[in-house]
Amino acid sequence: MTSAIPAKTTTASSTDPGPRLDTGTSTTNGKTRKAPKQYSDRVRAERRLGWILAGPAFVIMLLVTLYPILQAIFESLFQFRLTAPGEREFIGLGNYAVILSDPVWWSGLWTTVLITIITVAVELVLGFALALVMHKALKSVRGLLRTAILVPYGIITVVSAFAWFYAFDINSGYINNWFGWLPGIDENLNWFAQGPTALFVIMASEIWKTTPFISLLLLAGLAQVPDELSEAAKVDGATWWEQMRKVIIPNMKAAIMVAVLFRALDAFRIFDNVFIMTNGAYGTEVLSLLAYRQSISRLEIGLGSAVSVLLFLCVLLICFVAIKLFKVDLAGSQGGK
Amino acid sequence: MPTSRRTRSIMKNRPKAAVLAGLVIGTLSMSGCGPAGADNSLTWYINPDAGGQAAIAQKCSDDSGGRYSIETSLLPSDAASQREQLARRLAAGDSSLDIMSLDPPFIPELAEPGFLAPVPEDLAQSTSENVVEGALVGATWKDELVTVPFWANTQILWYRKSVAEAAGLDMSKPVTWDQIMEAAASQEKTLGVQGAQAESMTVWVNALVESAGGSIIVDPEATADTIELGLDSEAGVAAAEVISTIGKDGLGGPGLPTQDENASLIAFQGDSGSFMVNYPFVWPATTAAVEAGTLDQAVLDDLGWGIFPRMSADQESAPPLGGINLGVGAESDNPELAYEAIQCIVSVENQSEYFVTNGNPPSNTEAYEDPRIEESFPMAETIRDSLQVAAPRPQTPFYNEVSTGIQQRWAPPADVDPDSTPGTSSDFITSVLRGEQLL
Repeated sequence: MTSAIPAKTTTASSTDPGPRLDTGTSTTNGKTRKAPKQYSDRVRAERRLGWILAGPAFVIMLLVTLYPILQAIFESLFQFRLTAPGEREFIGLGNYAVILSDPVWWSGLWTTVLITIITVAVELVLGFALALVMHKALKSVRGLLRTAILVPYGIITVVSAFAWFYAFDINSGYINNWFGWLPGIDENLNWFAQGPTALFVIMASEIWKTTPFISLLLLAGLAQVPDELSEAAKVDGATWWEQMRKVIIPNMKAAIMVAVLFRALDAFRIFDNVFIMTNGAYGTEVLSLLAYRQSISRLEIGLGSAVSVLLFLCVLLICFVAIKLFKVDLAGSQGGK
Repeated sequence: MPTSRRTRSIMKNRPKAAVLAGLVIGTLSMSGCGPAGADNSLTWYINPDAGGQAAIAQKCSDDSGGRYSIETSLLPSDAASQREQLARRLAAGDSSLDIMSLDPPFIPELAEPGFLAPVPEDLAQSTSENVVEGALVGATWKDELVTVPFWANTQILWYRKSVAEAAGLDMSKPVTWDQIMEAAASQEKTLGVQGAQAESMTVWVNALVESAGGSIIVDPEATADTIELGLDSEAGVAAAEVISTIGKDGLGGPGLPTQDENASLIAFQGDSGSFMVNYPFVWPATTAAVEAGTLDQAVLDDLGWGIFPRMSADQESAPPLGGINLGVGAESDNPELAYEAIQCIVSVENQSEYFVTNGNPPSNTEAYEDPRIEESFPMAETIRDSLQVAAPRPQTPFYNEVSTGIQQRWAPPADVDPDSTPGTSSDFITSVLRGEQLL
């Protein structure tokens, strides 16, 4: 009885990663790409309008991002210290050799990856729950609810980092006092004196602040799931969990993947929380901070640029993995109506 | 009709868009290249204080009879960020850097590449008279005065009289680290030291090494490839023993690994306070807390002070030295005028006034004769004595690497091992300076 609709959707989702139902022709899945000449006048006009609207922003993006990226790649081939301008020396890939053979880089990479995986996973679960709440909320409270959920995301990261820091700080914090009844927490616990507890606070602050972002993206995905499908599933006697697993989640896979990709890229570049709370002390060093320390604190432009280029490559790798392996469809997730 | 409605709304929005564009362009052009100003206007980049430098700037501008007018521009709050901003501006040839408030350890880094305008000979002569030795060393690079000493800071030993008495310590004579560690342990109190992975860690390590007769850097003027560190020595091991004991025996309290100067003051004012090494700001901060009603008068009455603890009973200690010197950017449009203004800023009267109002001690010993100082700072004599024997941090163009390296290897205090830390930190800093390792 329950099998008819879920079975249909499952088959569909295994062959077609894009959004379902109404967008077969205009999405950018593999098939349509083969025959560009078949575009109708309307599609062509839309594409032209798209270029006119996005073109200026695209050009500005190129100017403000491509140029610094190229300059960083160029600088990374030199040994160059800002306070010794006369001693600039070409050393090829020497900076990269120093970085990649240094345990500091690898431990920073490990910490960054750890933070990325844990925060994104927790945010995805929490964000989905919040999205469901917002989706199901009564019309009268919906606006208020969305605003309330979005408040943390509206706070500047540095400000929220300070707030979390002072809450957990051993001198001024109240957390040890409030949660003293939990095992392992007492008034003498110095959260920022060792890696695991410091990372816990950093990640908690990160999760608190950016879960609203992910829940908003997921809410957009939820809104795209046609009501008929879940209603039909309900009529067929599917439980809540079956509806969720076989109808709703497969139908919003694109939205979920976009949310995960955006957050993962963001989380990988984490800086503010670590900079404010520990400044990388006691095993909390992340890659952005490592780049900052070389180029801004040490004024070693060459070495710092090389760290930044490697960081950039890591981000590219995440994009590649997400788009190619998990087939995230960045263009189709808007619904294509 | 939809089209005309859209056109209307665009038309309606046009003035708004124009205003917005105007604002954006205006902001961009204003933030662009700083104030051009009149020819005789000078910009003084100041570190944050209680308004004292701005007051001095105003006073000197008024006194100059229109020859110059000084405008102050605020730098970030911590020394490392101040250095970052000034170094970047100087490297980029910013001509607005007429006068700069500089932290002494970072001066060689700016003097070596010629980022500072030379100090006129007569001014160098007149502004170094009666100046405490340590402040002069901090203002000098390669035997030449490259900045002008303004105010000088030092750490003294602050203690709770009740604790010292209960432990049977005679505080009329200088005490040693061993004595205060023993006293704190016997009274089950905590010591106020700075164990955070921050600049304060280097300040502490340097003071201990210097007090034990050593030096962090053997030859400060050496290049990055040839620099030789003095950490792996008897003095370095002695310093590591003190820090490691305080960390491992829990003498610094649970907050030690993240404790800076402010945090140690808060802990010292609490029930577990006993002895603390810290700067003179402790006095105005404590009296203000009592006045505001957040601290008991009894704490203030119990407060004693003395010279920085010794490493051994028969050797005078070398307390930390800080403060601010004034430098002039090499690209400044008005270096002569800037030095004329500096001569006014560092005058004996201004230094006394600055101490009384802002709590920053003068570098000129003559300034301590102002009767108002004794009144507002009963420990002024101890501060002056401390400044006379204080030792600056290593004067090297690579100070940032040396300091960050020490911070990363000597914090937290409980992880310091007297057998290995001096050696490993020395090797680490050397290989960072040779470009073989990241920091």
